[in-house]
Parts: sequence; C-alpha cells; structure tokens
Amino acid sequence: MNSSTTAAAPPVTRIEPKNAGFLRDLTSVAYRALRAIPRDPAAVIPALIIPLLFFVVNIGALESVAQGIGVEDFRAFQLPVAIVFAVTGVSRASDLVTDIGSGYFDRLLVTPMSRTALLLGLMVADLALVMALCVPVLILGFLVGVEFATGVLGALAFVLIGGLWGLAFTGFPYAIALRTGSPAAVNSSFLLFFPFAFLTTSFLPLEALTGWLAAIADYNPITYLLAALRSLLSEGWIWADLWPGLLAIFIVGALSFTLAFGALRGRVSRG
Amino acid sequence: MPSGETAISAEGVERRFGDLAAVDGVSLEVKTGEIYGFLGPNGAGKSTLTRVLCTLLKPSAGRGSVAGYDVESQPGEVRLRAGVALQEAALDDKQTGAEMLALQGRFYGLSAKATKARVDQLITLVDIGDALDRRIGTYSGGMKRRLDLALALVHDPQVLFLDEPTTGLDPVSRAKVWQEVRRLNDDLGMTVFLTTQYLEEADELADRVGIINQGKLVAEGTPTELKRLIGTDVVIVTVEGDPALARDALDLLPMVEHLEVNGPSLTLSVSDGPSAISPIAVALAQVAEIDVIELSLRRPSLDDVFLSVTGERIADSSAFMASASASRNPQEPK
Repeated sequence: MNSSTTAAAPPVTRIEPKNAGFLRDLTSVAYRALRAIPRDPAAVIPALIIPLLFFVVNIGALESVAQGIGVEDFRAFQLPVAIVFAVTGVSRASDLVTDIGSGYFDRLLVTPMSRTALLLGLMVADLALVMALCVPVLILGFLVGVEFATGVLGALAFVLIGGLWGLAFTGFPYAIALRTGSPAAVNSSFLLFFPFAFLTTSFLPLEALTGWLAAIADYNPITYLLAALRSLLSEGWIWADLWPGLLAIFIVGALSFTLAFGALRGRVSRG
Repeated sequence: MPSGETAISAEGVERRFGDLAAVDGVSLEVKTGEIYGFLGPNGAGKSTLTRVLCTLLKPSAGRGSVAGYDVESQPGEVRLRAGVALQEAALDDKQTGAEMLALQGRFYGLSAKATKARVDQLITLVDIGDALDRRIGTYSGGMKRRLDLALALVHDPQVLFLDEPTTGLDPVSRAKVWQEVRRLNDDLGMTVFLTTQYLEEADELADRVGIINQGKLVAEGTPTELKRLIGTDVVIVTVEGDPALARDALDLLPMVEHLEVNGPSLTLSVSDGPSAISPIAVALAQVAEIDVIELSLRRPSLDDVFLSVTGERIADSSAFMASASASRNPQEPK
C-alpha cells in the first residue's frame, strides 16, 4: 500500500448511501430540468413566439372568411389552435440527447436511481413548462376579446387539457432521442407535428372540410382535442365534446409513452 | 468490508460487440484496500471491463462482483457501493458545480444537510474556489476532471472506479488527482480500480498492476514483480545498419535473458547491467561489425514489461490505436 498522505485534506467520515426512492428521484430529475430552462432561453422562445404569431396572423387573414362560412367567433375558434401550437413537441429531449452524448446519462445510470424516474422526471418538467407556455397565449386571447363560457374553472381546465396534450406528445421526441442519441434526429422530430396540426380543423370547422382532408381529420386526434377546447370556450361543459378530446389525449399518450419507455428500456438494458 | 476480503472479482469475463471480443476471458481479483492499476493501450479493453464491473454493460460470459455483489444480478447493490469516474468528465454544462454535487447526493438518498457536509469535505479535492457556484460550461478541463472525481465520491463509495482519470490533465492537476487517490486509499482504505495508459501512473499509484492487451489479461503482479519478470536491468542499444546482425551477435551472449528488436533499437534484459555493458559493446563491434549510435543502461519500466508480454511498446500501441480511431471517426471529438 502506498504510504504517502496529504496533510491539508480534511478527515473524511463514512456515510451510508441508500436508494433515494422513486418520488425523490423523480423530483430531482424534474427540478434539474426546470432549473436549466431559464439558462437556455433560446430553446423556449420559439415555442412562445410561434403560437402567438400564428394566432395573430390567422385572425388577421381568415377571420372574415371564417365568419362568411358561419364561424361566429373566429378568435375563440383559433385560441385552441394557438394552444396546440404552443405545447405540441415541447420537450427536454434535446437535453436528454446532450446528456447521452456527454456521458452524463451514464453517470446517472451508475447511480441507484430509478430508470423510470429518469424519463418521467423530464416529462413532469415538460408538463410544468407547457402549462406555463399556455398562459401568454391565454392572455393574448383575453386581450383580443375571447371569453370562456365555462368561466375561470373552464380556463383552468383549458390549460390543463392543453398541458396533458403536450405531455402526451412528448413521448415521440423522447423515443427518438433514446433510440438514436442523435441531436439532428430529435430536432427533426417536430416534423411529426405537422400532419397532426394541419390535417385537422385548425382553420375551418369539420363541417366545412371536404374530400380526403375531411376523412383524415376524422381520424386525427387533434380534431377531438380542438373540439373539447372550443366547447370550453364557446359552449360550456359539454361532456360529449370533452370526453372524446380526453380519450384522444389518452390514446396518443399511450402510444408515445409506450414508444418512449420501450426506447428507455433499450437504452439502459446493458445488453 | 474488512481489509483482505475480495472487493472486485472478475471470473472469465467476456464482453463481445458482434464478432469483436473487447474483453476476452479476463479473470482478476482485487482485495479490499488495494489500488489496482489496469494498464493497457487505447482499445485494449480497459474501459469495457470497467463498464461491465460498474454495471453499465452486461458481461457476454463469465461473472463479476463488486463489494461482494454480482454485477449482473445485483446491480442496484453494486451501484450503492461503487463510485465511478468514466473516461470523459461527464457533467452538465448548464448546472453549477455545487448544484451537481447536491443532485448527486440526492440520488444516493443523502439529506440536504448530509450532502452539504459531504460537499464541504470534497471542496478540498475540487479546489475550484468560488467557481463551484459558476456554471460548469465555464470550467477548464482540469476543473471538470476534479469535479467529476468529487461526484464519484459524494456517496463515500467502498470501491472507486477511475477510468483514465488523468488523461488530458496538466501535470499539476494530475499530481492533485494522484494525491487524492492515495489519500482515499490511505485514510479510508477505499479500494481503487484505476485504468490508465500512463505507465508512470500505474507505477506511482498501484499496489498491483494488470496488463491488458487485445482484450486479454497478459500479465499481473506488483510493479516490482512485473519488472522482475524481464530481468534485473535493461540495456538499450541503437545501431546503424542491419539490427538483425546485431541481434544474432547479442543472442550469443550468456548474460542476455531476453532481446527485443524495435526498428534500429534493441532492448536487452540482462541479469547484471553494469557488467554486461562491455561484452555487449564488444560483441557489436567485433562480432557483428556494426556501428553503435547509442548504448544505455537503465532499470526496467512497466513499458519494458508491456513490450516483453505483447511484443510492442505501450506508447506505440496507443499511438497506433489513436491514429486508427481518428481515421475511422474523423469527426468524433476526443
């Protein structure tokens, strides 16, 4: 055994490490992810600006056209679209890819932390972020005169449903991040959003769509999500509109989470 | 774990990637309180075996254990007891050093108070002053490496895996890491499994050294034992002309126990260096009739051991692997 020692170093006491537990692992991962968001504003600013811009431009360009085909309050009709634009595809997947590339992901894997918490913690941070992103959109809506038929509670439900949709969609970029470890692939994952966002009732009501677009919109979960959000704004608590919207979120979430957690299992399998 | 018990064991560990056996049937045992130096060139299999032992990879065959727990069937127990600093400093540039240390403590179930106390102990090692509260993206390479080591120590592990801990460090930072490794070993009896391609690092720190080449453990022992393997002294001769002629002449000398030709240089293991110099010079001049450019005598190094067991020098081997790696992945960061 080597005998030389350093005099300056303080004595080191022994401590007993233990499993922190799932909840603590989850909050640790989520807190780290949330803390990083204001330190990299460039990653969030587009998600903030794009929905506001679309909302303003769509109203300016299409309001009179929409009113001509029977949409009474086009501003209320467009607000859910802006929310969907704000929350869809917003995730910490690019941070996850950075962790994989830098080796920090491996550092996490050599700790006893829960592997599920490693991903779910990021998703919890995403949920908090997307709900926060709904707020400025909602404020802009109020500024242009949009009102909720369901009142304050309806506005809260509106933000919650928007947040849950954002969460349901995050599984896709995480699945890509964990399968590929490639920043370019994760950056391209937003392309998944386009068919969801445009082949639906983003600009016109379902009754006004015809042909193939109407057929695709019928199967697009965002059609039902938008219907649920619009009913909160314009009609009241219409459960016949709300349930299909919640079911659409559940189905997309089940699919994307299955892909994401499957990819996580593959990434941490040690095989 | 009491001193003398097995802290790390590998029994016929293999790890394959497709047809390539990165680790090919390695068996070794490290006692509690030992510093074990795992020496080999780039690509020899050091990091792969380390990743198997610290539960990042499953062995393709064989078994490994750390602190008495099987790495394949009890990875959670191993992770609680092992500290790991992998080859690249694995950090998050958006966090501060203090935040990363606190986060690491949380993953090992330490309370905020215990983590703070532990961080206070580790500050001496990190030695980055006020920078601990700055974001890691602003740190130098040496600061990152020291923080990486501190992260591996937050939970006071029984076994510490250090995968090339001083690669890329300046001499001062390297000395500091060596000092800390010795202190951890001396003060706490912490078992250290240290991979390195630096001969002097293994020589300086390790109680025992295992030499790995092309996935196989080719020699093992204390540095002194290993050096003894190749004779008491080493004579290096550089000749002008055909080194094969020199080899033929030197092979006839009874005191030459081992001889390697490396370009124009010949490395001879001899039992008594000072008395062998004269016969060697005479054999080259009169028997081989060859000009000697340089003739020197020195104690054997681990590099000589590596040359003896693999047929090449570790520095040449590392340079070759680095060059091969660079040509395969020209865009890959080092």
